[in-house]
Amino acid sequence: MNDKLIIGGHEFNSRFILGSGKFSPEMTETVLKNGGVEMATLALRRVNEDGNESILDYMPKGITLLPNTSGARNADEAVRIARLARAVGCGDFVKIEVVHDSKYLLPDNYETVKATEILAKEGFIVMPYMYPDLNAARDMVNAGAAAIMPLAAPIGSNKGLATKDFIKILIDELDVPIIVDAGIGRPSQACEAMEMGVDAIMANTAVATAADVGLMATAFRLAIEAGRAAYLAGLGRVLEYKGEASSPLTGFLRD
Amino acid sequence: MIVNGKKTDFKPGESLSEFLKEKGYRIEVIAVELNGEIIAKESFDTTLLKEGDVMEVVTFMGGG
Repeated sequence: MNDKLIIGGHEFNSRFILGSGKFSPEMTETVLKNGGVEMATLALRRVNEDGNESILDYMPKGITLLPNTSGARNADEAVRIARLARAVGCGDFVKIEVVHDSKYLLPDNYETVKATEILAKEGFIVMPYMYPDLNAARDMVNAGAAAIMPLAAPIGSNKGLATKDFIKILIDELDVPIIVDAGIGRPSQACEAMEMGVDAIMANTAVATAADVGLMATAFRLAIEAGRAAYLAGLGRVLEYKGEASSPLTGFLRD
Repeated sequence: MIVNGKKTDFKPGESLSEFLKEKGYRIEVIAVELNGEIIAKESFDTTLLKEGDVMEVVTFMGGG
């Protein structure tokens, strides 16, 4: 079945995007493989004094790299990080992440709109991470965002789909891919989001904090596939106030 | 000059390429900002360093 995820003209078979934080380099390879991941985020930081290894050495060929602007507290800082990330030479995708709240790590939608506009004009494929607000999302789309990435719950919390109803509004009203990013804690929550019509899931902590990290990556892959298939299959109707027999109403073994 | 916030020795007039190679940086996994401007990799050979320069050398790490 041809059900590809298309972002900025690029096609993906996998709807599981991995946040690469919190894994050892070796575990990163395992998680990418078990998760069937085709796109992974990276952070940009000053080069360490020690050692000459790079996370890029552990990224399989063919993975699409998605640098994020983590660390940015405003649009200008996000733009600087994005430009530096592109200068490394690994493609034009960028996830805009602008956070200046160190307790809840909520993104600043307003600064994110500004950064989206600047970077989209410079030819980046912009994927803004945002708090699910339809007005802000519309502004990001109009500014040139290739997708919208609403949070489910605070980064790293594993709390689940706290913003479910407001993600649904984005799905109903916007034409770009909606990718739930942050806060998903269980494969069942990823499945639930996909059943609702979300286009892809980004997760990191839910996998990284599992007891068996490699197996959890597998679980997420299966859950996301199941949720997508359920969405395409069309969920059955819900009877709120009655039941309906599932077995024949005739031929009972009695008179 | 300052590199990543720290005072660093260099040979005045040497190129960015030479400096990075000397210090053991892997050119293919980094990006460089010099005095607030991002230097394209094609220009590493022709960009010459001077006293008072402020440089950031960045790379990707696991994150997000």
